[in-house]
Amino acid sequence: MTEHNIRNFAINFGPQHPAAHGVLRLVLELDGEIVERVDPHIGLLHRGTEKLIEHKTYLQATPYFDRLDYVSPMNQEHAFCLGIEKLLGLTVPRRAQLIRTLFCEIGRILSHLLNVTTQAMDVGALTPPLWGFEEREKLMIFYERASGARLHANYFRPGGVHQDLPSALIDDIEAFIDPFLQVVDDLDDLVMSNRIFKQRNVDIGIVTVDEAMAWGFSGVMVRGSGIPWDLRKSQPYECYEEMEFDIPVGKNGDTYDRQVIRMEEMRESAKIMRQCCVKLREPAGLGPIAATDGKFAPPPRREMKRSMEALIHHFKLYTEGFHVPGGEVYAAVEAPKGEFGVYLVADGTNKPYRCKIRAPGFAHLQAMDWMCRGHMLADVSCVLGTLDIVFGEVDR
Amino acid sequence: MLEIVGTVLLLILKSFVLLALLLVFIAYALLADRKIWAAVQLRRGPNVVGPWGLFQSFADLLKFVLKEPVIPAGANKALFLLAPLVFATLALAAWAVIPLAEGWAIADLNVGITYIFAISSLGVYGVLMGGWASNSKYAFLGALRSAAQMISYEVSLGFVIICVLLCAGSLNLSRIVMAQDTSLGILGWYWLWLFPMFVVFFVSALAETNRPPFDLPEAESELVAGYMVEYSSTPYLLFMLGEYVAIMTMCALGTVLFLGGWLSPIPFAPFTWVPGLIWFALKASFLFFMIAMVKAMVPRYRYDQLMRLGWKVFLPLSLVSVVVVAFVLKLTGLAPGV
Repeated sequence: MTEHNIRNFAINFGPQHPAAHGVLRLVLELDGEIVERVDPHIGLLHRGTEKLIEHKTYLQATPYFDRLDYVSPMNQEHAFCLGIEKLLGLTVPRRAQLIRTLFCEIGRILSHLLNVTTQAMDVGALTPPLWGFEEREKLMIFYERASGARLHANYFRPGGVHQDLPSALIDDIEAFIDPFLQVVDDLDDLVMSNRIFKQRNVDIGIVTVDEAMAWGFSGVMVRGSGIPWDLRKSQPYECYEEMEFDIPVGKNGDTYDRQVIRMEEMRESAKIMRQCCVKLREPAGLGPIAATDGKFAPPPRREMKRSMEALIHHFKLYTEGFHVPGGEVYAAVEAPKGEFGVYLVADGTNKPYRCKIRAPGFAHLQAMDWMCRGHMLADVSCVLGTLDIVFGEVDR
Repeated sequence: MLEIVGTVLLLILKSFVLLALLLVFIAYALLADRKIWAAVQLRRGPNVVGPWGLFQSFADLLKFVLKEPVIPAGANKALFLLAPLVFATLALAAWAVIPLAEGWAIADLNVGITYIFAISSLGVYGVLMGGWASNSKYAFLGALRSAAQMISYEVSLGFVIICVLLCAGSLNLSRIVMAQDTSLGILGWYWLWLFPMFVVFFVSALAETNRPPFDLPEAESELVAGYMVEYSSTPYLLFMLGEYVAIMTMCALGTVLFLGGWLSPIPFAPFTWVPGLIWFALKASFLFFMIAMVKAMVPRYRYDQLMRLGWKVFLPLSLVSVVVVAFVLKLTGLAPGV
C-alpha cells in the first residue's frame, strides 16, 4: 500500500460570502464537516478613522462615529461626546440627557433587532429579518425626524444634542412602544421557541465566565455567561441612574442564551424609552438641549440674527472649533454590542492628539477560532452571528 | 407497421401535451411559491412583469436562456454541462407514470411506483456530477451532503410506500388510487388511515427534494449555493427546473398515495361531475402550498441533525409501521387479494 498524505480541506469563507456579515474573510480548515481551525482575516473595510479624527476638529470628528457600528450610530457618538465633555468639564442639561438616553435605547433596539433576526437567517430562517426590518424602519424614521438623517445622524454634540425634539415625535415614540412589544412577542414565537432554532443554537459556541474575562468580552457576550456586567448599571452615565430596568443574564453561555438575552434587552430598552418619554414632558425635563455656554454649543438661530456676539460664536465654532485643554480621558458607554470606549488625548488645540477607539466587535471576533473549533461548518455562521459583528467598527 | 407508427406518434404527442401542461403548471407554482413566501415576509413578491407578476416565470426563463453560460476554467466541461441535463431529464421522466385522471397516464406501468422510485434515486447523480465537475470546494461539499441526504431519506420513504402498497395491494399507481375509492370519500383515503405515514412521507419528501428545513446541499449561509454555486444561465435554469419538477413529482406522488388521486373528496354528485384532473391539480397544489409554507417558516437543520432524524427517527418509525400495518391487515382480513 502506498502512503497517502492526508491533508485537511481548507476553504475560504468570505469576503463575499452571504453569511460573513460584511467583509470578513475566514480561512477554515475542515476535517469533513468538522471545523479544525478558523483564521479570521480582517482589514478589508479599514478606513483609517482614528487617523482621520486627528486631523479634524472635535465637532467635525463626531460623524466618523456614526460610520463605525452603522447599525446603532448614536451610541458611538455618545462615547465620543462623553469623552470631550469630561475633558472640558461640561455639564449636559437634563433635557439633552434624556434625549440621549432615549436615542441610545432606540439604537440598542435597532442593533439587537438586526442581530437576532439575521442570526436566525444564518441558521436558515429567512423570514425573521424581514419582520425585523419592518420595525427598524419605524425607528429609523424617528432618527430622521430628530436629526434629519436615517443612519448617519450626527445628532449628539459635545454639550448636548443638535436640535430639540418636536413634541409630536415624543408622542409617536411612546405610541410605538406597545405595538413593538407585540412584535417582539411574535418574533419570540417565530424564532426563539422554534424547535430547529433551539437545536441549532443550544450548546453551540459556549463561553465560560473565565474565557469571557480572559478575552476581553463585554456586553451580551459576558452577560450570556452569567456575569451581570452592564455599564449602564455599574458605571451609570447620563440619567441611567434614575431609570428602572433589569439586566438579563444567561446561564450556559451558549448562542441560544445570548440571543434570548438580546430579545429580553429589547423589552428592557422599550421600558427605558417609555420612562424617557414621560420624563421629557415633565417640567424638569424641559429646558435647553445643549450647553448654554456659547463657546461649545452654537447659539440659537434667532439670537444670531440680533446679537453680534452670538454670530461670532457661531462662526468660530464652525470654523476653528473649540480648544480642549490638554489631558487624557477614557469614556465608555454600553453600546448594544458591548463596551464601546473612546480614549482621547488632547493637547490643548482644537483637534484631538490621539483618539483610540475600543470597539467591542474587535475583541469578540478574535474568539472565532476557539469558539468554532470542533463544531461543524454550519455552526461557524451561527457563532459568527451571535458575536454580533459589524465590520464598520472592527476594521474602523 | 402503420399501427406501430401511429401508437408511437400518439405517445409522443401525449408526452408533449403532458410536458407543456406540467411546465406551465410549474411556472405558476414557482410564482405561487414566491408569492406565498413574500406574503409571510410582509412583502409583495414579484408584481411587475404582467398583471400581479403573472409572467414573471417566463421573464426569468428568457433571462436565463439569454445569459452567457460561464464554465469555470478548472471544470470538466462535458460533465459540467451533462449534469443539469441529467438532473432535469430524470426529474421530468418520473411524470410518465403519474395518472392525472382515470386512465390518463402516458405509461400505465404495473410497477409504476418502483419506476418513480428508481428514477428519482437516479436524480442524485446529476447533483453529484454537477458538484464534482465544478471543481469548486463549496460545490463539492454541497454534492457530498446531497448524496448522503437523498439516500438517507429514500430508505424511510421506501418503507412508507410499502405501507401504502400493503393496503392497496398493487404497484400500479392507478390501482392505488382506485383502492382508495370507497363510499367514505375523503375519509376513506390513506392520509387518515395511515396518518403517521403521511407525515413521514411529507417530511421525507421535503428532504428528498432539498427543500427547507433540509436544504443543506444549497444552504445559503454555509455553502452559498452548494452544488449549483458555479452554474449560470441555462445549466442553472435546468437545475432549478429539475428541482421544482421533483417537488411537483413529490406532490403528485403524495396525491396519488395518500389523497386519493383524481377522486372527488365527496363521493356523490355534483362533486363527482368535476373532472378528475381538476381534483388532482387541487390536491397537488395543496401539498405544494404546505411545502411553500414550510420554507417560509423554518430554520435549517445541521448536517448531523439531519442524519440523526433520518436514520434514528424516521427509519425505525417507518419500519415499525410496516410491521404494524401488515399485522393489522392480516389479522382483520382486510388485506387486499386475500
